[in-house]
Amino acid sequence: MATTTPTQTDSPPPPVSASVKTAGRAGDAVFSGLSKGSGILLLVIMASIAVFLTYRAAIALSQNEGNFLTTFDWDASANPPVFGIAVLLFGTVVSSIIAMAIAVPIAVGIALFISHYAPRKLAATLGYVVDLLAAVPSIIYGIWGALFLVPQLAGLNLWLDEYLGWTYVFDKSQPGVARSLFTVGILLAIMILPIVTSVSREVFLQVPRMNEEAALALGATRWEVIRMAVLPFGRSGVISASMLGLGRALGETMAVATVLSPSFLISGHLLDPGGGTFAQNIAAKFDEANEFGRDALIASGLVLFLLTLLVNGAARMIIARRKEYSGANA
Amino acid sequence: MKLQRKNMLRASALGALVVSGALVLTACGSDDNTGAGTNASGKPSAAAGDIKCDGASGKLLASGSSAQKNAVDLWVKNYMAACSGVEVNYKSSSSGEGIVAFNQGTVGFAGSDSALKPEQVEESKKICTGGQGINLPMVGGPVAIGYNLSGVDKLVLDAPTIANIFNDKIKKWDDEAIKKLNPGVALPSTAIQHFHRSEDSGTTENLGKYLKAAAPDAWTYDAAKKWPAPGGLGASGSSGVATQVKQVDGAIGYFELSYATSQNIKTVDLNTGAAAPVKASADSASKAIAAAKVVGTGSDLALKLDYTTKAEGAYPIVLVTYEVVCDKGNKAETLPTVKSFLGYAASDAGQKILSDHGYAPIPAEINSKVREIVNSLS
Repeated sequence: MATTTPTQTDSPPPPVSASVKTAGRAGDAVFSGLSKGSGILLLVIMASIAVFLTYRAAIALSQNEGNFLTTFDWDASANPPVFGIAVLLFGTVVSSIIAMAIAVPIAVGIALFISHYAPRKLAATLGYVVDLLAAVPSIIYGIWGALFLVPQLAGLNLWLDEYLGWTYVFDKSQPGVARSLFTVGILLAIMILPIVTSVSREVFLQVPRMNEEAALALGATRWEVIRMAVLPFGRSGVISASMLGLGRALGETMAVATVLSPSFLISGHLLDPGGGTFAQNIAAKFDEANEFGRDALIASGLVLFLLTLLVNGAARMIIARRKEYSGANA
Repeated sequence: MKLQRKNMLRASALGALVVSGALVLTACGSDDNTGAGTNASGKPSAAAGDIKCDGASGKLLASGSSAQKNAVDLWVKNYMAACSGVEVNYKSSSSGEGIVAFNQGTVGFAGSDSALKPEQVEESKKICTGGQGINLPMVGGPVAIGYNLSGVDKLVLDAPTIANIFNDKIKKWDDEAIKKLNPGVALPSTAIQHFHRSEDSGTTENLGKYLKAAAPDAWTYDAAKKWPAPGGLGASGSSGVATQVKQVDGAIGYFELSYATSQNIKTVDLNTGAAAPVKASADSASKAIAAAKVVGTGSDLALKLDYTTKAEGAYPIVLVTYEVVCDKGNKAETLPTVKSFLGYAASDAGQKILSDHGYAPIPAEINSKVREIVNSLS
């Protein structure tokens, strides 16, 4: 063995390295062509989708008798058609804000617990259970929400109405079960929890061990370590994670359609039934819509697309501003 | 140690599987609105002799109203058992979608809760070469008003009261108007929570037609597939409305009768002005449909229902669903199957199985015309 290895390593290298070099150049060319092609293909696909959607939306918009942005109604199959997205935009944004307000702190808490506090065995189980939430199809969340969550929230709603009714937002002005934007927000929060948690956990685990040890060496407590080393380092990651979650919350369809009692009214009373979201409205109206009605729904979908684009753009700007903390530079 | 952990993971995975499996199963359970389970195991209820398969072959696609899904499923099961080599596939989506598919020429016939509108007939002429789309009434059914009020097992309402409940004017169960119709019943002062369909629906349209005809002063909205009145809560699908009514004390909602029977929801008896209040049933709905007049011209059998009928035992909140076909110019490859299948649906045997499943057969007089027209399809 010992005698054969030198000859083997001595003689083969020259031809091998030469062939690797030429193959490498050819491979490089092929690979760069492939990746360039894929990139261009993606742009072409996106552009053609955008053109198609815009074209169909334009057909609908040109015949809309109402104002697309301010009409509180959706009667696209009527003659003349009248429809507007005001209620949908409001409902989508509000339910997503509620979902984010509930989910992000809890998700960060779970992620910190898993990465820094829990015994390893418990952390693994907990992480596993949270990830499992992501595997439940949204229609199941919808049915669970309608059959279990809605009745359970009656008590919370009464409590909020009684003690926080003065805030107007939590003033419950109509009797009725909790099929409101608030309930939808809670349901969405549960649905986006796994993605926010698992990305945040990964980011928190990436914090350089040196930073944490340095803080500990200076006499910091565990909470101070988290506050001074882990959270600043993970901030951009948590923001990215939240944006992924927000994406799901904005576009969630079946769960919202099953739980919400929609109506074309904007109400600041979050506990009252009413409102609607883009995705929920598309799911609810698509079946009975005629071709023109579908064009109108596509137009509303285009607005959701723009909304998502804006949110993602804003998130990128925030992350870019905090580049110095980003894990990518470390 | 490691092995143990693996086992634990496996156990929790198994547990999760069981839980989600149970969820899936209950999800299916809540949608099942027929007694089809009991029937499915039985033998086909029609003798094969009633079904004439002549010329039928291949695959027939159809699509449309979910209100008649269970009826069509029963027919399909018996029909396919009798005629081997023929496949009938009814996609239950919605009336609107069925008509759109019909006018695109992708289905042999469509099921619809409401008759074709003039512009839809115009559009159908492109598909039906030399002819046009026609409506054949095949299935009737009562729309039940279901309620959930603890301590009240029998409730009588009339059209104006129902209208005022659904337009949010009557807010408590012990309202004078309800008390007057239910002497001797102890009505609690629970708040009324009324549920309607959150998506466009033929059931909503039919209830609207009834309320507008029978209580024009209280119900001022035009009948449409979209729920018109303010207030109340929306739920998706008949099954969604039924589930909510079942769940909430003080709730009232509307859905096809089969949803009420399968979920044990109490239904309102209707005071139509007849001597006794009428209970929703296949029988009482048939009696109301018997009062309908054919308003379609030529071979079109679109019906105009008499919602204000005071006939004894006639329940006027009914839904008639049509099969939409071309009178002339059906596709050559599906025509024999369409004729043979619809012929069975309109036959005595085909109509008879309806009443066992919460549907109402079409009255004989109209039904005989349907059979004639089915025979003359070309």
